[in-house]
Formats: sequence, C-alpha cells, structure tokens
Amino acid sequence: MKVLVPVKRVIDYNVKARVKSDQTGVDLANVKMSMNPFCEIAVEEAVRLKEKGVATEVVAVSVGPTQAQETLRTALAMGADRAILIQTDQDLEPLAVAKVLKAVIGEESPELVLMGKQAIDGDNNAVGQMLAAILDWPQATFASAVEVAGGKAKVTREVDGGLQTIEVNLPAVVTADLRLNEPRYASLPNIMKAKKKPLDVKELGSLGVDTAPRLKVVKVTEPPKRSAGIKVESAADLVSNLKTAGVL
Amino acid sequence: MAVLVIADHDNATLKDNTHKVVTAAQAIGGDVDILVAGTNTAAVAAQAAKIAGVRKVLTAESAELGQGLAEAVTDLVVGLAGGYDYILTPATSQGKNFSPRIAAKLDVAQISDVTEVVSADTFTHPIYAGNAMETVQSSDAKKVMTVRPTAFKAAAEGGSAAIESVAAPAAPAKTHFVEQKIVKSARPELGAAKIVVSGGRAMGSAEEFQKVIEPLADKLGAAVGASRAAVDAGYAPNDYQVGQTGKVVAPELYVAIGISGAIQHLAGMKDSKVIVAINKDPDAPIFQVADYGLVADYKAAVPELMTALG
Repeated sequence: MKVLVPVKRVIDYNVKARVKSDQTGVDLANVKMSMNPFCEIAVEEAVRLKEKGVATEVVAVSVGPTQAQETLRTALAMGADRAILIQTDQDLEPLAVAKVLKAVIGEESPELVLMGKQAIDGDNNAVGQMLAAILDWPQATFASAVEVAGGKAKVTREVDGGLQTIEVNLPAVVTADLRLNEPRYASLPNIMKAKKKPLDVKELGSLGVDTAPRLKVVKVTEPPKRSAGIKVESAADLVSNLKTAGVL
Repeated sequence: MAVLVIADHDNATLKDNTHKVVTAAQAIGGDVDILVAGTNTAAVAAQAAKIAGVRKVLTAESAELGQGLAEAVTDLVVGLAGGYDYILTPATSQGKNFSPRIAAKLDVAQISDVTEVVSADTFTHPIYAGNAMETVQSSDAKKVMTVRPTAFKAAAEGGSAAIESVAAPAAPAKTHFVEQKIVKSARPELGAAKIVVSGGRAMGSAEEFQKVIEPLADKLGAAVGASRAAVDAGYAPNDYQVGQTGKVVAPELYVAIGISGAIQHLAGMKDSKVIVAINKDPDAPIFQVADYGLVADYKAAVPELMTALG
C-alpha cells in the first residue's frame, strides 16, 4: 500500500508571529521555519505503517517555495521513501492546495493520504476534508489511532466530549490530531541518507490546476492587546479580589 | 439573501453555540434558517424554533446524520445549498469536520473560525494561533464558513419559526460508524462554562492533575481545561485541551494553574473576561495576560485557595 503524506513548511511553532506594520500579512523574513507539527505526526504515522509492513511506500509531498525542499528532506530523514515538491511562490488557499494534491494523487494513486489536521499558520483545518471531498473519498479527521487492514482504515477520532471510531474504505484521507503519536527525531545517519533519496520538483504551472484565490486579504492586524493586571500576595487575597470584581 | 445555520446539538438538546452562530447570521442579514440534522430531531428543532428572528427550521433524520458522519451531513447540505447564499456552522470539532467538505463540494473557499462580520462579503478570523487577525473579502457566490461561537452573543429566544422536514440523503457507502465514547460529566461543558480551571505540565502526573485541578473546578462549579503540554504528557484527555489546536474558550473567569502561557495556549483563552494565573515562576508569560497573578507553588496555593473559598 502506498501512503501519500502532504507536508507544509510553516513558521516554527516556538516563534511568535508578528504582523507587518503595513498590515499586508505576517512578517516571515528571517524567521525560523519548520515542518508543521501536525504534518510531523502524519509522517511519523506513515513511517510506522511502513515499519509494521502495512505500507510499502511513503511519499511526502509539499506545495510551496524552493525552501520547502528542506521540509521534504526532514520527512525523508524521518523515513519517507521519496518526495515531491510542487513549487510555487504563491500562497495558496486550502481549496487550491486540495486541487493540486488531487492532481498529484492522479499520478501517484496512493491508497491512503495521511496528513496533519491543521497548519499552524493559516489555522484553517480544511485541506484534508476538501481533498476527500473533491476525490469523493471518505474522510477520517482528527485521528488519535489508525489501524489499516483488509482495504479499510479503522480510525479513532477526537471529538468534543470524547472519542468516535469510524471505519472508512480505502482509498481515504485521514488527518492527524495531536495524540496520534509522538514524532521521532531524525538521526544524523538518517539525515545523511535522506540527502540521497529522490526528490522531484515540479512547477505548479505544469499541473494545469486552477489555483485562483477566492478570498482577497483586506488587512492583517494585531489582535487586541490584553495587559497584565496585578499580583496578589495570597490565595485569600485572590479570593477577595475576585469577589470585589464580581466574578465569584 | 438567505443564510443556513447548521445547528449544534447532541440529538437531545440544542447547544448554545447555535444561538451564537444565529447572531453572526443576523449580522450578515437576510433570512436565517436553521438545519437540525440527526436522529429524533423533534425536541432539538422545537428549541431551535424558539430563537428569535429565525425564518424556519429544517429537520432531516437518519442514523448517519445522528452519528455526525461528514459524508452524510455534506450530502444533505449540498442538496439544500441551492436555496442559500451562506452556510454557517459553529467551529466545533463536529463543524470543522464537515464544513470544509461542504465548501469543496460547492467549489468555494471556507472561511474558518470567523470572529467578526465586517460586511456581507468581508469577515475577520484569527490566524497564527490568534497572533494575527486576518480580514478577507470573499468573491465566491456562496460563502461557507465556520463561526467561532465565543466571539458572538447568543441570539435571544422568543420566536416561533415553522418546522419543516426534508429528506435525508442515502447512507454513505464508504464510511461506517463503529462506536462513540463520550465521557459523561457532571461538570459544565468546557466551551460553554462560566468558569474554567485549567492545569498545566507542572502537575507532573495524571493523578496529580485529578487531585489538584478537579476538586477546585468542582468547588467553583467550573469546567476543567488543560494546556497542550499537559495533554501531550498524558495528564489530561485531549478534549480538555485549551488552545490553538484545542478548544477556544472565553469564560467569565479562567484560572490557569501551573501553566506557563505558551502562545498556543494563550490563543485559546485570552478572550476570557477575568484571567487568574497561579505559577511559581514570576517570569511565566501567563502573567502578562492575567488580571490577577499569584506567584506561588500550586501545591501550597491550591489548598489555600480551597480554604479561602470556604
């Protein structure tokens, strides 16, 4: 079984995003970039499926700038077999990314797409569901456990108030939630090996996909600031303050 | 112009999130209908019909709709979409599951987690864990969006909308429900609670989390939350998680215990009315957003707090 894992290069999760003063977006110049944390979880799960003998090949794919090759090399160092970059400097909307991935899937024919539930830049939480929709594949989002057997994936999903388990026929799209696994760190020998693994680069234009934006960004602003209040001396002091403020 | 609001419910009770999304729908303008998709929808539909200013309530019943399967909900909504210019869903784990599927089937963008309706085609939503607010103008003919309930006031009741049933779609062929394990709790729901008590990694273990956070929450009649670090470490279940990757809450009072205040946690609670932080590290970033900060080891401070609360 071939598993396709889309990954995204985003601002490192430890870095605080700063809004540009001209309100056109977030300043990413000279900011540390990394693989989106949920994508790491998806790569880890795909590699584990391969280690269990369930998956035969893990293909990582990214849609983004030249530098996204580094992100793909990270996926290769974690254990993916090969990588594909669909190169573009455009910042694509989730629907456009889903259409690009659909084109890649047309060429690659994976039985399972494993991807992060959300990228921590746009926070849209949409590409996986959109991809499943336009492929007319079943979807299993927010996965905390995945079992693949007999042409089906049994997926435990994080839902409000607990867990839901569903079974989807393959091919399917599964999106990873936080507790699915703890991604490994790539070892130095594996980082070296990853440099020799195949990484194909294709221009976005060569796919003939309509990626025209549907949304125009009017402005990007700082959220309203919250200022620090007071320090209290004791628990009793805290309770009396809260009573005065009328919240207790 | 017509707006379809997809109700949030558990096949028995309509959740307040629905009232809040109706407020967002009314800010857009036009007729507002509510769709109740599930099993035994009569009771939920009757509650939805009471929301003031609603034109009609549509109901559709099937086992798969009751299970919330994205494929079933999508087929239903896409079938109804011809009559609507906007499709709004509360940004819950349920809504986030099916709404993008609906958008893609209609070949339109989804605007995620809308916090402000600027005009009929322009909306604001948080990006980068709430460190930036993006305002976008949509050129799509139909606008599909998830709405962050905490950003809107609940619509008033006092209406008496007509209830109309519509046909449920065929069961999805490729997705099957296996089971659902919902933890029954006497505590208020995290997203709707007036008071939230959250614990962080400082708890050190699941036992300690239960011993420290839960009694305090019960004393205050509060819901229990946790930081991502505490969830990652296995001290608390994932549905307790408050933050960018978990739930966004905005209670009257938020009490953060042993939580340092990582960006991603602040994204989920900084709109709370009053924030209390208890942390032994005086430099913890949580103090920068706290109205009342107590620099103390929670091990001493929480028992004292329990006593002071009486």
